[in-house]
Amino acid sequence: MRMRKTATAATVVLALAATATACGGKSGSAGDKPKSEKVFSGDYKVAKDVKIDSPTLKKAQQRGKIIIGAKADQPFLGFQDSDGKRTGFDIEIAKMVAADLGFSPKQVEFKTVDSNVRETSISKGQVDYYVGTYTINDERKKQVGFAGPYMTAGADLLVRKDEKAITGPDKVKGKKVCSIVGSTPLQEIKKAKYGAETTELGKYSDCVKSLLDGQVDAVTTDDAILKGYAAERPSKLKVVGKPFTEEPYGIGMNKNDKALREAISKAVEAHIKNGDYKKAYEGTLGKSGSAYEEPKTPLPRY
Amino acid sequence: MNVLLDHLPEFRDGFLGTLALTAASAALALILGVLIAGFRVSPVPPLRAFGTAWVTLLRNTPLTLLFLVAFFVVPLILFPGVSPFVLATLALGFYTSSFVCEAVRSGISTVPLGQAEAARSIGMTFMQTLRMIVLPQATRTVIPPLSSIFIALTKNSAIAGAFSNTELFNVSKLLSDKGFAIGWIFLWIALAYLVITFTISGIFRLLERRLEVAR
Amino acid sequence: MTASVLYDAPGPKAKVRNRLYAVGGSLAILALLVFAVLRLDAKGQLNPELWDILNYANVRTNILNGVLTTLQVFAVAAVLSLVLGVLLAVGRLSDHKPIRWLATGFIELFRAIPLLITIYALWVLFLSYQSELGFTGEGTQFWALVIGLTVYNGSVQAEVLRAGINSVSKGQREAAYAIGMRKTQVMTTILMPQAIRAMLPTIISQLVVTLKDTSLGFVITYEELLYTLRLMAQNTTINEQDTYLPLIVAGGVIYVAMCLALSSLATWIERRGRRAKTGIAVAEAGQALTAGDAMAPIDGATTPGPVDKTKE
Repeated sequence: MRMRKTATAATVVLALAATATACGGKSGSAGDKPKSEKVFSGDYKVAKDVKIDSPTLKKAQQRGKIIIGAKADQPFLGFQDSDGKRTGFDIEIAKMVAADLGFSPKQVEFKTVDSNVRETSISKGQVDYYVGTYTINDERKKQVGFAGPYMTAGADLLVRKDEKAITGPDKVKGKKVCSIVGSTPLQEIKKAKYGAETTELGKYSDCVKSLLDGQVDAVTTDDAILKGYAAERPSKLKVVGKPFTEEPYGIGMNKNDKALREAISKAVEAHIKNGDYKKAYEGTLGKSGSAYEEPKTPLPRY
Repeated sequence: MNVLLDHLPEFRDGFLGTLALTAASAALALILGVLIAGFRVSPVPPLRAFGTAWVTLLRNTPLTLLFLVAFFVVPLILFPGVSPFVLATLALGFYTSSFVCEAVRSGISTVPLGQAEAARSIGMTFMQTLRMIVLPQATRTVIPPLSSIFIALTKNSAIAGAFSNTELFNVSKLLSDKGFAIGWIFLWIALAYLVITFTISGIFRLLERRLEVAR
Repeated sequence: MTASVLYDAPGPKAKVRNRLYAVGGSLAILALLVFAVLRLDAKGQLNPELWDILNYANVRTNILNGVLTTLQVFAVAAVLSLVLGVLLAVGRLSDHKPIRWLATGFIELFRAIPLLITIYALWVLFLSYQSELGFTGEGTQFWALVIGLTVYNGSVQAEVLRAGINSVSKGQREAAYAIGMRKTQVMTTILMPQAIRAMLPTIISQLVVTLKDTSLGFVITYEELLYTLRLMAQNTTINEQDTYLPLIVAGGVIYVAMCLALSSLATWIERRGRRAKTGIAVAEAGQALTAGDAMAPIDGATTPGPVDKTKE
């Protein structure tokens, strides 16, 4: 008898949940309002009849859309709000490149790829190319190809607003510092020189949550990313502002697709020259407090 | 290219990590499970209700969700700064405790009626009956399901790998990201788990035999 | 044996004592809850504005999509795992040694490895050969998750079915052979139907496990319910406050409701089976649940499985 009741109760709850989720609700986006409207989002001129001898691109043209890997949890860089809209500097760069490769905004499909599956995802071709705060280094070059750098960031520390002790990377000895599994700043801060205790989570936003809860004392990664989080919660977080590494960001793609790499490099160069780059930068990263710096052109080819 | 030999330290750390997580959460699950099972058969209605709610809730929630709760809600309630190992142990232990509780409870119900009746008739209280008569006898029937519960726990501990714990899953992912062939990694990791699970079932089979003699 | 055998009908003294325990116990539980609520409130987690996000259409649509994706994965994986379970069970009981070994090896291997690792390895494998396998876009993740769930749960279901087949009394099989039925006929018309019927509650309980395990898709960033909730929790802030708590609670309620609906189905079937005078004993619904995510072969044999409940 009791079970029968449980069953009925369960069905009722399920029905309630279903109707509650299905039937409307307030319109508009939940959450702090201005964010995604505040961030710049541009349209770029789509190139016609692009003919490049790249296997990746040919496949994309065949299926009629290009699949771009991006982050979804980094405000002002690669962010997706609860409406599913993506904004940020990386997204703009991705869009510029897609336009030059001949794909209109409708033919672009973004796919969230978290840092911990990046190498797998890119090298195995789940995405055509990847724009998501991806540092170029030799270890990664063994597995993926890089175009760029399209900008340079540096590892920094994000701390709670009331933090007094951590004033730079040399003051983290014995403190708990969070970053994502296998990230470059994490390897750096672990070294005896800095001597921090580390916590490794799957996403930066998990780290930020842990920082807010007091689980860790600082989050380390590239300043551009951290400034985004700080700008989202100005009364709770701040960036220390003493970068201790150099992180050149590149666009990741299949290692063997040289033609695609050349095409992407050219596209980025073109947009740096015609000012789209600057506009995008100031409309996104500029708002979270990063000063504009023009990347060196031509981009290096290796 | 032999992935195992080249990365022996990583594999060893992962293996030990899995072992430590399993042992710690098994201990927690056992204590909580027996306690809650006691609640569920007790004469005090609120405790019974609490036991039922505990089991229903924990058994029907995905473990991943419990991990989210442990890592992002528990620190808010308790003090911050708890280590990931403790949090993972909490999530795994709580989840597994509901299964242990049910195993113990069904073990209790296999103890012959007469035993409890006899205990009562010589004037034992509920606690005495449970502690001295019923639970020791229930142990025998509880051991086989417990063995499989702990094997499941070993495997579930893999989820902790995604939450800042070094264990076997973490290692497999690390190496796969470095570009080693997934097939070989998979095989070695599988072997490592097989070692642990076979050990567990071996220990429990031994226990079972011991207790059988005691009958 | 009911729980009440463990203690006497309380006399006047015991009644008072029990009442005292009841009050004490309730107070203790209440105190724990109040403590949790107070702490959360102090951290601003119970702010109504925070919980208001669940009222927004976009959040609801996202949750609904997550639920649908989860159910879709579950449906496909459930069907496939049952099919695989039947095949493996038959294979393990086969008269041909190689088939028996193959089935046994398959079952033991995939039951021993954490599902999480199986799913991850399958995903990497599928990605490596995606053009050969003809996967596009979301396909790789969906199938990695579905196949992972299938091989694992299929192996478990196979063991459940095997226990069911073994529980059919020998006479049935012998009688069937005696009237000239073939091996296949005996299996499909005599043994399997009875095994499935006897083990239905356990099978459904394992399906609950399948449903819960769909959440492991997070490791390959497949956008099922839990992943969706997580992404929203991270990206939706109210007054600089993150929204983990409301979304985790909402997700928890949905998961518990879905699983409860499924497991009460198992209980209902068990009850019906016990009432029906078919002579086929029905396994206890709780069994697979106690066995958790891994039904070792031993518990098929030793736990009070398909015992004749009519004797109660």
